[in-house]
Amino acid sequence: MTPVLEMENLSVHFANRHGAIAAVREATLTVLPAECVGIVGESGSGKTQTFMAVMGLLSGGACAAGSVRFEGREILGAPASELNRVRGSKLTMIFQDPMTSLTPHLKVGIQLAEVLVTHSHMSWREAEKAALRALERVRVPEARRRLRQYPHELSGGMRQRVMIGMSLLCDPSLLIADEPTTALDVTVQAQIMDILRTMRAESRMAIVLISHDLGLVAGLADRIVVMYAGRVVESAGAADILGRAVHPYTAELLKCVPNLRGPRLERMPSLAGQAPGAASPETGCAFAPRCPLADERCRSERPVLRDAGVAAHQAACHHPLPA
Amino acid sequence: MIRYFIKRLAGAVPTLLIIITAAFFLIRSAPGGPFDQEQTLPPEILANLQTAYGLDLPIWAQYGRYLGALARGDFGPSFKYKDFTVTELIGQGFPVTLQLGALALILALGLGLPLGTYAALHHRSAADHAATSLAVVGIAVPSFVMLPFLGLVFGIYLHWLPVAGWEPGSIRHLVLPVIALCLPPLCIIARMTRGSMLEVLRSQYIRTAHAKGLPLRIVILRHALRPALLPVAGYLAPAVASIMTGSLVVESIAGLPGIGRYLVQGALNRDYTLVMGMVIIYSALLIAMGLAVDVLYAWLDPRIRFGR
Amino acid sequence: MSTIHRLRSNAGAALASGVIVLLVAIAVIGPWFNPNNIESLDWAHVAASPGLTGAHWLGTDRLGRDLFARTLEGIRVSLAVACAASAISLSVGIAYGAVAGYAGGRWDQLMMRFIEVLSGLPLIFFVIFLTVIFGRSRYLLFLAIGAIGWLTMARIVRGQTLSIRQREFIEAAVASGAGTGRIILRHVVPNLLGPVIVYATLTIPQIILFESFLSFLGLGIQEPHASLGTLIAEGAGEMEAAPWMLLVPGGVLAVLLVCLSIVGDGLRDAMVGDAGEAT
Repeated sequence: MTPVLEMENLSVHFANRHGAIAAVREATLTVLPAECVGIVGESGSGKTQTFMAVMGLLSGGACAAGSVRFEGREILGAPASELNRVRGSKLTMIFQDPMTSLTPHLKVGIQLAEVLVTHSHMSWREAEKAALRALERVRVPEARRRLRQYPHELSGGMRQRVMIGMSLLCDPSLLIADEPTTALDVTVQAQIMDILRTMRAESRMAIVLISHDLGLVAGLADRIVVMYAGRVVESAGAADILGRAVHPYTAELLKCVPNLRGPRLERMPSLAGQAPGAASPETGCAFAPRCPLADERCRSERPVLRDAGVAAHQAACHHPLPA
Repeated sequence: MIRYFIKRLAGAVPTLLIIITAAFFLIRSAPGGPFDQEQTLPPEILANLQTAYGLDLPIWAQYGRYLGALARGDFGPSFKYKDFTVTELIGQGFPVTLQLGALALILALGLGLPLGTYAALHHRSAADHAATSLAVVGIAVPSFVMLPFLGLVFGIYLHWLPVAGWEPGSIRHLVLPVIALCLPPLCIIARMTRGSMLEVLRSQYIRTAHAKGLPLRIVILRHALRPALLPVAGYLAPAVASIMTGSLVVESIAGLPGIGRYLVQGALNRDYTLVMGMVIIYSALLIAMGLAVDVLYAWLDPRIRFGR
Repeated sequence: MSTIHRLRSNAGAALASGVIVLLVAIAVIGPWFNPNNIESLDWAHVAASPGLTGAHWLGTDRLGRDLFARTLEGIRVSLAVACAASAISLSVGIAYGAVAGYAGGRWDQLMMRFIEVLSGLPLIFFVIFLTVIFGRSRYLLFLAIGAIGWLTMARIVRGQTLSIRQREFIEAAVASGAGTGRIILRHVVPNLLGPVIVYATLTIPQIILFESFLSFLGLGIQEPHASLGTLIAEGAGEMEAAPWMLLVPGGVLAVLLVCLSIVGDGLRDAMVGDAGEAT
């Protein structure tokens, strides 16, 4: 089975006055068709920039190195004309803040229809009909009226549904969802996750779900990839990671997820310290300053991602936690 | 939309009235009468002249007469150009000035917008730097310096275009004046467009547009252009004011028989009615432009229409 | 990066200020080196073209007056008028803005409304209007020219005053019984210095421009004095026969305005850098 997405040693650097800042360091991961991969990490872990690089949406001062293959074709560094063939049709992305992600002066219907007019070469009339169907699919109430409205007339949750609908118009192979619920109310969050789940069941679409919330990701992902300071530190099946995390960082993250069924806690656990900034140089393991198991080797020698003994479970650690 | 326009129109009319009234009373309160510069006239003739021009009536009556005449489009007789009424002079001069100003505005927008967009798209390139530096010169050098320079180069040395003069329907005589007049606003519009386009291109919704696989042309024209135009729309009224001001000098240098030249002559000759008429026309034009800009603003950004 | 640091690293602004200083220096010192003065009529060399070896370095005009000397005077007159008028508009603007900002409430609204109405009208028409009524007078000229720039200055000062007013040290001053006038003078004004300086630098070229414009039209500086505007007007009339009469004062004015504009931009960028990025 050709993986939908194959990323090998992807690195992203920003150049500024003081030198180069590495946002993503040699990230390697694969997404299979119809699979849902969750990417988990704190702010600054590089999870968003990784997929900005995949979509060719890096801002001007950034450069990416490595290899990214979508459905077998190399897309990293491809010119815009080539990228535009897959972007928006087979490879789509939805963003964190629905308030600012839609063009304020264009009606919702136009923003939906233009995807179809551009990629499927439909007429505007046909495209508008398809847009209506898409809105109904993501359960936007009064869809016909919404098509003629401007984004600021819709609520945040509705806007995010529009974004989802927009990304599904051309039956994509891969949908990248970057923190789709972070800017929304908790109740709306659940609705959006529900829609994603339904969409996935209805098609053979693969999803990459990026979030800082491990709990949220666990509800949908088949596999989970954990990133820290620009690197992939653990990668395994969702059930595996949730049951027995191997990397100390993941273990700490798991402790932070509130659990209704566990014993009552006196105070919420949290991770001490802060993730290193992208500008700091790497000596040894980036997590060492906050890791309870860190030793001299951890501080001087950077661990590489390798098998952790169990099938399809990898971690970058000198002292992986026992099974 | 219509309601918005009518509301703004209702606000504009009183402004114009205030200007007319203020102008009228200011003029009447000036020391000396309009006939002061003439050689001393025998009192009977002076009295006749006063009656003829209505200057012996109480001031409120004069005001009323003036407003009434205005409503009929009559600006009164020119005090210096004895054979013409101000209305006639306006009629002669307005088309010329309108041609000059409209062409300058169209050029400033028509060239400034694309140039600014191009500079934004090729940010930090050599062309961008060169254009930005040239723009500084274009903005700072006034039209009354630029026009003679242009005339010197293109008229006298290269013999391509006439330096001054005017023939009805002639384009050649308009070329240099229009260029000199449109350069400052053109450079300002280009610089403004470049800046606001750069900012708009950094927005999230532009990122979404790219993520949708839309070609660059569509991203710019459909998604980026309208919001980028907002500051330029705000500059339109000052641009027109700048073109109007510039036209005074450009018409004088190039010998174009527009209302600008009449205004300057009127000022030097102390021709009251002429100056009043011209000031009213210019004010009305400015107010109309202000209105047009407001409507344009509302169209560009739907959020304004909803009273946000 | 402090403002001064940012300014110094701006190569364009540095060069431009150098040019301005050079021009002013020449204008002031030049007459000592020039054998000719502004009024003498040299009938032997009427409308002579420039030549560094000749009697008149930059040529003469229709009446045989030395162009170099007249241009230098033009620079002096233009700058003098600009500085004087700037001082007037600065004082009026600061006073007006400080009072409006400090008074607040309805007075503030009223005063700002007045400014709004005035800003809409191009000043030139107002000046022409007044010229018709009152004839050409030197006082009118100064008044009109000083009327440029006080509007923007008033607005800025009022904005700053409003924000300063809220701050604690004003409350302390009021609590200690200081009178309103004293508060404005001692506390509000010193904090306005930064933005005021920037906009003063931006107003000077505007004033020079306006004065040249008026003089060009014949409504400004009168004979025998000449500002750059009057010289350009004369030059424009003699363009075909004696182009240097136009090129010299025109070129000087253009250079002066461009350099002032670059310096003003540089200053503004340097100050804005405190708050956000300059584009």
